[in-house]
Amino acid sequence: MGRLLGIVIWGITIASVWMFVSGKWWFPASISEHGGRVDSQFMITIIVVGISFTAAQVGLGWVVWKFRDNADKQRATYSHGNNRLEVVWTVVTAVIFISLGIMGQRVWASLHLHNAPPGSLQVEVVAQQFSWNFHYAGKDKAFGRTDPNLIDDSALNYVGIDETDPNAKDDAVVSTLVIPANRPVELILRSKDVTHSFFVPQLRFKQDLVPGMNIRVHFTANRVGKYELACAELCGMNHYKMKSFMLVLPENEFSELVTMPQDKFQARTAELMAKYQLPTY
Amino acid sequence: MAATVTGTDQAVGVGIGGGPRPKNGNGFHRNGGGKGDGDAFRFSPARYRLGAWFAIGSILMLFVALTSAYIVRSASSNDWQPIAIPKVLWLSTVLILFSSVTIEISRRSLKQKSEAGYNRWLAVTTILGLGFLGSQLIAWRQLARQGIYVASNPYSSFFYLLTAAHGVHLLGGLCALTYLLARKGKYRNQLDGELRRIGAADGVSIYWHFMDVLWLGLFGLLMFWR
Amino acid sequence: MAEATHEEVHRHPAPTGFIRKYIFSIDHKVIGIQYILLALAAVLVGMIMSVLMRVNLSWPGTHIKILETLFPQGAPGGVMSPEFYLSLVTMHGTIMVFFVLTTAPQGGFGNYFLPIQIGADDMAFPYLNMLSFWVTFVGFIVILLAIFAEGNATVGGWFTALGASWAGGSGTVGPIGGWTGYAPLSALGKIAGPGQGAGVNLWIISVAIFCVGSLLGALNFITTLLNMRAPGMSLMRMPLTCWAWFTTAVLALLSFPVLLGGGILLMLDRMVGTSFFIPGGLYVSGSTVPLHTGGSPLLWQHLFWFFGHPEVYIAIVPGMGATSHILSTFARKPVFGYRAMVFAIFAIGMLGFFVWGHHMFMSGMSPYSAIAFSVLTLSIGVPSAIKTFNWIGTLWGARIRFTTPMLFAIGFVSLFVAGGITGLVLGQTSLDFFFHDTYFVTAHFHLVMGVASIFGMFAATYFWFPKMFGRMMNEGLGKVHFWITFVGVYAIFIPFHAMGLLGMPRRYARFDEYEFLKNSKGLVLFVTIAAIITVIAQLIFYFNFFVSIWKGAKAGDNPWEATTLEWGIPSPPPHDNFAGIVPVVHHGPYEFSVPGAPNDFIMQTDPEGISVHADSGGVSGNGGNGHRH
Repeated sequence: MGRLLGIVIWGITIASVWMFVSGKWWFPASISEHGGRVDSQFMITIIVVGISFTAAQVGLGWVVWKFRDNADKQRATYSHGNNRLEVVWTVVTAVIFISLGIMGQRVWASLHLHNAPPGSLQVEVVAQQFSWNFHYAGKDKAFGRTDPNLIDDSALNYVGIDETDPNAKDDAVVSTLVIPANRPVELILRSKDVTHSFFVPQLRFKQDLVPGMNIRVHFTANRVGKYELACAELCGMNHYKMKSFMLVLPENEFSELVTMPQDKFQARTAELMAKYQLPTY
Repeated sequence: MAATVTGTDQAVGVGIGGGPRPKNGNGFHRNGGGKGDGDAFRFSPARYRLGAWFAIGSILMLFVALTSAYIVRSASSNDWQPIAIPKVLWLSTVLILFSSVTIEISRRSLKQKSEAGYNRWLAVTTILGLGFLGSQLIAWRQLARQGIYVASNPYSSFFYLLTAAHGVHLLGGLCALTYLLARKGKYRNQLDGELRRIGAADGVSIYWHFMDVLWLGLFGLLMFWR
Repeated sequence: MAEATHEEVHRHPAPTGFIRKYIFSIDHKVIGIQYILLALAAVLVGMIMSVLMRVNLSWPGTHIKILETLFPQGAPGGVMSPEFYLSLVTMHGTIMVFFVLTTAPQGGFGNYFLPIQIGADDMAFPYLNMLSFWVTFVGFIVILLAIFAEGNATVGGWFTALGASWAGGSGTVGPIGGWTGYAPLSALGKIAGPGQGAGVNLWIISVAIFCVGSLLGALNFITTLLNMRAPGMSLMRMPLTCWAWFTTAVLALLSFPVLLGGGILLMLDRMVGTSFFIPGGLYVSGSTVPLHTGGSPLLWQHLFWFFGHPEVYIAIVPGMGATSHILSTFARKPVFGYRAMVFAIFAIGMLGFFVWGHHMFMSGMSPYSAIAFSVLTLSIGVPSAIKTFNWIGTLWGARIRFTTPMLFAIGFVSLFVAGGITGLVLGQTSLDFFFHDTYFVTAHFHLVMGVASIFGMFAATYFWFPKMFGRMMNEGLGKVHFWITFVGVYAIFIPFHAMGLLGMPRRYARFDEYEFLKNSKGLVLFVTIAAIITVIAQLIFYFNFFVSIWKGAKAGDNPWEATTLEWGIPSPPPHDNFAGIVPVVHHGPYEFSVPGAPNDFIMQTDPEGISVHADSGGVSGNGGNGHRH
């Protein structure tokens, strides 16, 4: 029984490690400037995790194999422990874990502890059950005033734009997120009803959109293309299909688009959506 | 092989009922060190005292949660509108402070074997406690007459909630006091019964004092953190 | 000089009559079994729900006849709607975490064995003990009611009549907010969608009732352990099971009230229009919400997770204690590093109060506090690692007897490592960017809390069954149960990590909307098949458990040759555990294979026994000037 258990534990260990290293199931390729750093931190971590996991399971499998009771009537080794060993492995573990912990803050800090660089493109993201709205400031780079009391889904005023505000004249509200490649983008995230979460896997971040809060996050995308946007916080019955897309455009296509009025903006976006393909998975 | 209890049981001082006081004091450090002593299964008042302290710990965490919600909420938006504290709450405070004094007198009377004193001051404490609850209801009525209800604004929400939560726990304390007054338990022997009475009185007193301190804390919060 | 009479030590006479003996009993042993039976019922409900969830994910659109009959609105034609699926997710989590993981390990085995293992004749407050079980039972009834309040039109109609926030009969089988019930979705009521009416109210009430039941129990455990230990049972001679139950009780005592507070605030938001969690300016389902203003959804998360994180330790710590205990017993070796184990279990408990923010990295809370929570979270891995090393150390140089409880205890170690190690990934803010709310998280907590804890419970059941019922469970069936379950749970949950790597979000009713999920199909199917096989295998356990109660081979007092106090009394124990005789403890709890001793185990109460020099780990001197009898 001990041998069988040892073999099964080792077998499970091998299968689990294979699942990770085979590469069959892995992140979609990163398209953000900080994404590479997230991926390296993950590699360092998963190697530590893999080694610890394998060592512990192999160790467990080995002791149950080697120290199974047999008919030789010998007793087990009488020992209450070994203080030196305790101290050594506690210190080693603490050093490794806490170092990982500290290293794991770097990318976080670069995204969250610094403001968006000046000149970032700003987009207001307004989530609702079960769709996304992206509000662009237009040529004047000033967002028109919005007021929740002005929201009227049936009249297509999804984010409550105050039409009397001159700044609102050139604003556009669309259902696809369109951003330029290689330029910092700042998203200002909010929600109309319940908590949602913005998640594009290739961007390597997610951020909750919380009613009553305006949350800012900034990033730079560095690969042109079309990517899926998913909601990552349970928001109701259609949470699983609260879907949209993010289009990352070359600078020329983007600057042409972003100054267009609402209907032209939408039409042009539809064309570009057809032009660009999703990554192959 | 289980140990049979025999033998030498040195009386260290004399307990309430006249029997030997358990060697290991209040039971917290019950680790007899190998000498069998027949007191192991004997009740010690520490049991009820400990129970009261841990109950307090738990109830305190409830109020810590509500208090931190209060503090967070007061800062989270600009609709926080403190209301004038109804003056009758000062009466509440006086009543509950006095009730702490009276329950302490009652408890000590029991320790000094004065049955009459114990019962009399227990009854006074109960009446003061009822008075406290009554004054709380008066405060609520006054607020309602001004049109201030639970949902009127966040401060009023917490006002009702905190006083109600405290009141409910105080009501529990009143039930305990009533139980003590009515208690005429049959016990297997005099010593056990005496110890249980002391334990119960101690436990309820500790709880009651906590209700007092808690009230002072909540009152202070509502008065000064606006 | 008074001799203690036997009369004095009986606190309450044995009960007579079926009701006092088995239903409303104040005997901690009966109450312990009642909790175990409650958990066995609850886990059956939870497992059925999980199988339904798996079927929906692998074969969406499947007609399930029984659903059509029972819940025609939520599963029209027997096909689950997305909201029906989400209510299964919610109820599965709630029932499993509360009514399985927080009942059996602590209220079940803890209630039964804590008093005996410390040499007491019952819990400190027997009537309170009975009350805490029945309160918990009522909580269970209420959560089951939520299934029908939403799922059944008639029952739903009764609730709808109660008021606006009580709208029932929406077709789901309960609320759909996940076991975490985030506001404002859970606070807004039916305008936020189906399942947000009566289901949520009943969920809050059930959880609140459960909080009270747990608090009463925790109070009892702590007082009993501190006040009622037998002579010679110093704290450092207690079995590690007792330390585990003690730590768990402290965690419960301090964390459940916070959940209760949050639940009260949520109920007020729903029923009387307060705005603790609901901000102003909301526009929900086509209309504005003028009634609320100024509340903070994050406040709910803080309150919930301040409870929620200690809760996961409440779920796992008793299993750790049982594992240490059972490993030592069947390895015929003392626990490696007893003191370190006590320190580690305490450190895990304490640190567990300071890491709740790691559930909220992406919530919009302060990024600075996120950093603090992250570093603290990674340090909680250190005491967990110490425990793992010590478990393996206990087995090193052992003479292992592979009984069924031992297999499950070893399985616990393996699963705890597998699940716990991914905490190193999820605890880092920079990595949680990707993994938050994906299946990687689901993999982590199922392995480390769900499955490891269940293995702890299985180990405890097979180990203590002979003591509780005076009969042995069938070893052959036990081993079959172990092998299928051990391989099965790995087959179910390891692939979840791969799904997380793909970016698969949690709580999705279907995966066919997104291209980036298309490579998950094979994994999803594999998991479903593994899950169905594993769940069916649990029937072996149920069969073994119930049939052995009446038909199992008769067990002696100490079939496992173990050392702690429960193995020195008859199986099953008499009403007052020690038949009026006060046990005296002379040794530590894990004196196995002591050189020179006649047997390879020395019972704690054995006054003979070789004088052992205190080694670095344990203090196990004999009882000083012990009596000779």
